Amino acid sequence: MLKNSLAASLFALIAASPAFADNPVPEGTELAEDQSYTYWLLDAIKSMDPQINTDVEGSDVLRSLFEGLYNENGTGELVPGVALEHTVSDDQKTYTFTLRDDAQWSNGDPVTAQDFVYSWKRLADPATASEYAWYLELMQIENAAEIIAGDMSVDELGVTAVDDRTLEVRITTPLPYFPQMLVHASTFPVHQATIEEHGDNWTRAENLVGNGAYVLDEHILGERVEMSKSDTYWDAENVIFTDLTALTINDVNQGLTRYLAGELDRVDIPAGQYPRLEEEYPEQANSVPYNCSYIYMLNVGESGPEELKDVNVRKALSYAIDRDIIVERILQGGQPPSYNWTHTAVAGFERPEIEYANWTQEERIEKAKELLAEAGYGPDNPLELTLQYNTSEDHKKIAVAAQQMLRQIGVNITLANYEWKVHTDRMQNQEFDMARYAWCGDYNEASTYLDLLASYSGHNNGEFFNDEYDQVMKESKTAEDPLPMYQQAETILAEEMPIIPIYHYAKVFMLNEDIKGWPLENVNQTWYAKDLYRVAE
Amino acid sequence: MLSYSIKRLALAIPTLLILIVVSFVLMYAAPGGPFTSERELPPEVLANLNAKYGLDQPLWRQILTYIWGIVTEFDFGPSFIYKDRTVNEIIAQGFPVTLTYGLLSFVVAVVVGVTLGVVAAIRQNSVLDYFAVGISIGAQVLPNFVMAPILVLTFTLWLGWLPGGGWQGGQWEYLIMPVIALSTSFMASIARITRSSMLETLNMNHIRTARAKGLPERRVILRHALKPAMLPVISYLGPAFVGMITGSVVVDVYFSTGGIGKAFVDSALNRDYAVMMGVTILMGALTIFFNLVVDILYGWIDPKIRY
Amino acid sequence: MVHDTQRMDAIAERMAEDEVAGRSLWADARSRFVKNKAAMFGLFLLIFVVLFALFGSHLAQWSNEELDYNVMGVVAQEGGPSMANGHYFGVDELGRDLFARTVQGTQVSLAVGFVGALVAVVVGTIYGATAGYVGGRVDQIMMRMVDILMAIPYMFVLILILVMYGRSMIALFVGLGLISWLEMSRIVRGQTLSLKNREFIEAARATGVSGVTIIRRHIVPNLLGVIAVYATLLVPLMILTESFISFLGLGVQEPLTSLGALISEGAGTIAYGTIWQLGFPLLFFCLTLFGFFFVGDGLRDALDPKDR
Repeated sequence: MLKNSLAASLFALIAASPAFADNPVPEGTELAEDQSYTYWLLDAIKSMDPQINTDVEGSDVLRSLFEGLYNENGTGELVPGVALEHTVSDDQKTYTFTLRDDAQWSNGDPVTAQDFVYSWKRLADPATASEYAWYLELMQIENAAEIIAGDMSVDELGVTAVDDRTLEVRITTPLPYFPQMLVHASTFPVHQATIEEHGDNWTRAENLVGNGAYVLDEHILGERVEMSKSDTYWDAENVIFTDLTALTINDVNQGLTRYLAGELDRVDIPAGQYPRLEEEYPEQANSVPYNCSYIYMLNVGESGPEELKDVNVRKALSYAIDRDIIVERILQGGQPPSYNWTHTAVAGFERPEIEYANWTQEERIEKAKELLAEAGYGPDNPLELTLQYNTSEDHKKIAVAAQQMLRQIGVNITLANYEWKVHTDRMQNQEFDMARYAWCGDYNEASTYLDLLASYSGHNNGEFFNDEYDQVMKESKTAEDPLPMYQQAETILAEEMPIIPIYHYAKVFMLNEDIKGWPLENVNQTWYAKDLYRVAE
Repeated sequence: MLSYSIKRLALAIPTLLILIVVSFVLMYAAPGGPFTSERELPPEVLANLNAKYGLDQPLWRQILTYIWGIVTEFDFGPSFIYKDRTVNEIIAQGFPVTLTYGLLSFVVAVVVGVTLGVVAAIRQNSVLDYFAVGISIGAQVLPNFVMAPILVLTFTLWLGWLPGGGWQGGQWEYLIMPVIALSTSFMASIARITRSSMLETLNMNHIRTARAKGLPERRVILRHALKPAMLPVISYLGPAFVGMITGSVVVDVYFSTGGIGKAFVDSALNRDYAVMMGVTILMGALTIFFNLVVDILYGWIDPKIRY
Repeated sequence: MVHDTQRMDAIAERMAEDEVAGRSLWADARSRFVKNKAAMFGLFLLIFVVLFALFGSHLAQWSNEELDYNVMGVVAQEGGPSMANGHYFGVDELGRDLFARTVQGTQVSLAVGFVGALVAVVVGTIYGATAGYVGGRVDQIMMRMVDILMAIPYMFVLILILVMYGRSMIALFVGLGLISWLEMSRIVRGQTLSLKNREFIEAARATGVSGVTIIRRHIVPNLLGVIAVYATLLVPLMILTESFISFLGLGVQEPLTSLGALISEGAGTIAYGTIWQLGFPLLFFCLTLFGFFFVGDGLRDALDPKDR
């Protein structure tokens, strides 16, 4: 979901000019004197340690301070980072990466294959106790699961430095999108000598040694992060921003006020404010697709309410919710209403024909009432359910609206608002009827969504177990073209309705019109400060 | 007095112990833990985390280890969420911030409030009095979470005079709005209390005598009336102090000061057990200490009080 | 929390002077109260607010939960106060009628204030009277407990409870009440101690009346004045505290609302041209608090006249 970011895309690596990246600034652009960039953070950065960090804002900072094997460009395609290229063995299980020879740590040491081996082992090591250790399991790295469980020595991890410039990685099953997974911050290299010298204190500004385009100058928890351009970065001559400042402002509205007062270059737009800002500041207000999907999950499992075991009831609930009102009148940020699970902007995905998506809302309500009556509920026997959501102004508004919409078809919804941790805990223990849920794609491909609802998934909190669905998803793994299977899976979801799709996310934000280079077409919104620049006014 | 103070301080130890045990039990009984996340962690990953942070131990042992760490090394443990910081570091960074704007607000509230109250009392029923009473009644009920956005809107967005937030090591322009937002309602209460208690004092016999003796009015007020009139104000300082600690949450949220108030609320929301314990204990200790100071001050001003 | 403990003790002492607080004392107090302009104004405000809370919904054209799709999404432009579409106070961000919401918020805030104060007063009185009446070791232990509890930063404990156990009206009532019974218990204990050895109580005891009955029949009535003043000053503090809790997002659950929650929502969107969303709830919030403050001060002055 929003707090986690795993970013990758299915496009092949763009192997243009391997040793030197292009200057991001188009010819003839006049750059501003001042190349500093100040942006907004909702929360304090929890950790500057790539193997410990768990959230999106932390990853954004880490991408400035460190660099992994590959980076993403403005459209989400892979471009060389520390690695120039790789080869894959015939069985698709061994990847051999060639690293560039001019990559340096900020203290001048060269970045070598051994650094990656050290970092990945560190990620797996039970002593590190990384919350993202499971990422290695997701990457299918040889022996990762056993090492994390403490059954095997860390040295058994399937990653070897053949020499300083050659990194060999062994995975257990072929994974077409494996290179895309290397963009994730938890795979970034860290400097062994620094960690051994300073222990847990190595991420302090005075100690931190990174290999990214920027170095950390100051980190005051909950107030600010200051970074400046690194001289040792291999592509320093093409890095244009000289100073980065990230300010923590816990209140979105307050953030917007300070943006408008000129204190920030970028800030998220609170729900409902996009139309006004778009009109007043057309050059600054942006709304772009963002790889997440918002749903109400229904508990159809053992412990779920009897009522929801009836597919007609589930369909009626879904039909009665007017998504257009939610996106156009509440969120107002250019989010598309959704009638399926996978974000429609995901690469290579096309939504199948879903019947109720094309009906008018009146038709849906009509149908919903019929279905409900068929299921035995009506004015004399109203359906009673609880809708659970976690604390947030937006979730609250949507839930209140949904409650009113469902009342039209004679369903009485009780709202239950919980703190995030309680909400999550209740969902994972199947203590809910309907619950607000959102998922952000780990990578830019439909399976990151669809796998979640398979019976063997670890995140299928609503316990939707469907053999046909499982079968289709298994087949998609080995298919030449998985799209038909994905579409079939979506069709099953529309027929069984274990989740009520509400909308697909958009990233809605204000960006100073002088700042250029923002990756508007990257659905994961993976941005690199080194690719941005400020033009003269 | 000394023995009283010692007795009060001795009481602090059981108080803090109770606080620790209650908070621990509350925390652990609550659903969700520090590592509950929307991506349910595989059991082996969770086991490693629990082992690292000692959460695999029985509760009583965790409490004992925790208290032992505090007593022997003054070590409140590592943060469960801000994983490259210890609780001591988080408090060391946030507490001076809170203390700075808190004390400043306190001073402003007391000085301005008392002055306003005294002036209003002396010039009872004058325009000045009505003005002071009017302001203080209005300010007393205006929540600081309403005041804060109004201030930012006015001074940052419209007038452009002050930065909308941040701390920057406590430079004055970053202090103004937090102090106004935090001190106003307490200032108003103090003004009201001062006014009514001053009016009462001015009617007392010894003041009448002093006036009859022909002492200058200024001297009567400063030397004879102010001290007894301050008693209710002083007994209000305790609650005011606690109120300011609470109000610091609002200041931290709206002005991004990075203080301890926000850290506490976040730690509760995130189940950052260690930070939550650390801040709770700190606040408990401060409350005890502050109430003691207030009591001593009270006894010093009012010799009738015997301990 | 209620700051002027001295005055409280003074009132308590005065009330305890008579055997059972005499009729004349209350009559005197009433005539003094009626003459106090501020207090009468406060009373008027309170009556107004209570009437608004009780009968306001009859005046509303909309229910407090209907979404008005005509203005939803264009609230800043068209959701302002209007007689034409029946939204006298405008609408909230979702297009719900703010007049009806304010009525509902006032009801909830008053309820929170009253029940919170009631819990505090009841617990404080029972605890204090018990400690004072039983006396000796039990008294010492009970009051030491109060000392200890007084040093606990309650707001923090309350936040913990609300964050971790979900919110409900009950949790809020009890939590708020439990914050403020300590002071009450001290005052009550002090008075109980001084009453306990009076002749009429000794006489009652001699005739075999049980302790509980003595407390109920003879001690509590003598404390009514303090309780009344304490409670009136406690209610606005409860309402203020609840508003802070709402600001933290830990207040009452939707679709319920409170003045604090409405104000906090309105304050969040203050920059977006929907000032009525802050203005109207804040107005009623202030009226309520003023009313209680004035009445409380008036009651105190009436029961303990400074010029006696």
